[in-house]
Amino acid sequence: MAEPAPNSFDSSLQADTAIRLRQVGKVYDNGVKALGPLDLDVRKGEFISLLGPSGCGKSTALRIIAGLSAPTSGEVRVAGHAAVRAGQSIGFVFQEPTLMPWATVHDNVHLPLKLARIARVDADRRVGEALARVGLAEFAGTYPRELSGGMKMRVSLARALVTDPDVLLMDEPFAALDEITRFKLNNDLLELWRGLQKTVVFVTHSVFESVFLSQRVIVMTARPGRIADEIRIDAPERNEDFRTSAEYAAYCRAASIALACASDPKVAP
Amino acid sequence: MSAFEPSSSQPGQSGRQADRVTSISRFLLPVVVLAAGVLGWDLVVRLNQIPPYVLPSPGAVVHTLIVDWPILWQSLLTTLLTTFEGFMAAAIGGVAMALLFNRSKWLEYSLFPYAIILQVTPVIAIAPLLLIYLPQQTAVVVCAWIVAFFPVLANTTLGLNSVDRNLAGLFKLYGASPVQTLRYLKLPAALPYILGGLRIAGGLSLIGAVVAEIAAGSAGAGSGLAYRIAESSYRLNIPRMFAALLLLSVAGIVIYMLLALASHLILRRWHESALGKDS
Repeated sequence: MAEPAPNSFDSSLQADTAIRLRQVGKVYDNGVKALGPLDLDVRKGEFISLLGPSGCGKSTALRIIAGLSAPTSGEVRVAGHAAVRAGQSIGFVFQEPTLMPWATVHDNVHLPLKLARIARVDADRRVGEALARVGLAEFAGTYPRELSGGMKMRVSLARALVTDPDVLLMDEPFAALDEITRFKLNNDLLELWRGLQKTVVFVTHSVFESVFLSQRVIVMTARPGRIADEIRIDAPERNEDFRTSAEYAAYCRAASIALACASDPKVAP
Repeated sequence: MSAFEPSSSQPGQSGRQADRVTSISRFLLPVVVLAAGVLGWDLVVRLNQIPPYVLPSPGAVVHTLIVDWPILWQSLLTTLLTTFEGFMAAAIGGVAMALLFNRSKWLEYSLFPYAIILQVTPVIAIAPLLLIYLPQQTAVVVCAWIVAFFPVLANTTLGLNSVDRNLAGLFKLYGASPVQTLRYLKLPAALPYILGGLRIAGGLSLIGAVVAEIAAGSAGAGSGLAYRIAESSYRLNIPRMFAALLLLSVAGIVIYMLLALASHLILRRWHESALGKDS
């Protein structure tokens, strides 16, 4: 169970911090050290990526932030998490769309509101808004199996947004999609982020995706997952021009080198 | 690419034709086999001049079916009622027990072995005992229940354990209560498995009812179809045995088809098993 680290920080967050991890670690029952210790602060409205090789514990870190998995040590704070009912303040997008196949698109997006027992009229309006935001308004009545992979992911995104959470956690959401769809969804996600000003923690193993999307790339080491490096991406405009710019290439190169160092310390220059 | 298009459309067309031929023959071939079987049966009886108390001709069976219809119809209704009661008890009991097992591991560890023992012990061996301790009609229904409930229990358990882990995580994230998780996640996810279990249970509850009726019939009471078969056998009324047997088979087929239809109607919107190959 989580035990508070003494003197590390007071329990109240500063006004502009959305997520704070202090000495967070995870050891599995079989003794494998999966994560940490990890220290991380995410500002409100910030878009950060956790970049690392497969099995480096970045998904574990995300699940711990979401409260889906308990850390074996350290402390996790998410703004509003304790005050508001769990789930209202956090939206989670899994690697798979994770939709209920027996429910229509509308009902899938409606789920978080139904579980929170929000009145039908209010809920229907919010579901409609969330679907419109991801461009699926006219697909409310269809079943997930009738949608393409990218559209399913959009439904999943709409479901995460429907509670209007402060924090959006995304666990390699576009990894299984083709490149064209992924680029499109990257652009749409940035647009949503700019419009809604959510705090986003985006887990990925793609250097290019992390640099394109985030303001900060956190590079993680393999087991146990620790923060190896942090790259700040100071590019104001994220568009197709940025994607093909020398600046973008330079950031990607820096991130790739950091990732290579993190995966295998011997290659460090 | 375009040069290949005309030829590539041809396999598609002949494929559709092949599909139609397949679907027609799937319906037609069993009918042909049935007709051939009945014809062969009739010929064997005629050519060898077998007396009806050894092997009645198909015509004699149909004749008996019509003449004895009032008796057989009453018996059919009795057997179907038993089957239905046993089936409902199995469906409700099996699903309820699986839900209890899902809630409590201790309960599952304590009781599951006995569910298996109940399943592997031949019901024909239990039926005489049940007839001693229980009123006849209850005993017969209990037999049908014993045979039919295990597939429902096993399938529902499997279904409840097959819930998508991420979806379960999502419900946890949104603070779903146990009742909400059951109603909106576990039961819908288990539904295809439950329906599969019910399809097996339908046929088995008929078998359980028949077995119990035969056991009860030898004790001198009852009026179900199986009892009619036992009674007719004592009286060497072989045509009536065949007629009753025919009715039992038809009842079994109808039960199976009704459950398959119900399953299809419930799942057709979303589950792979109820969708066509192309959709």
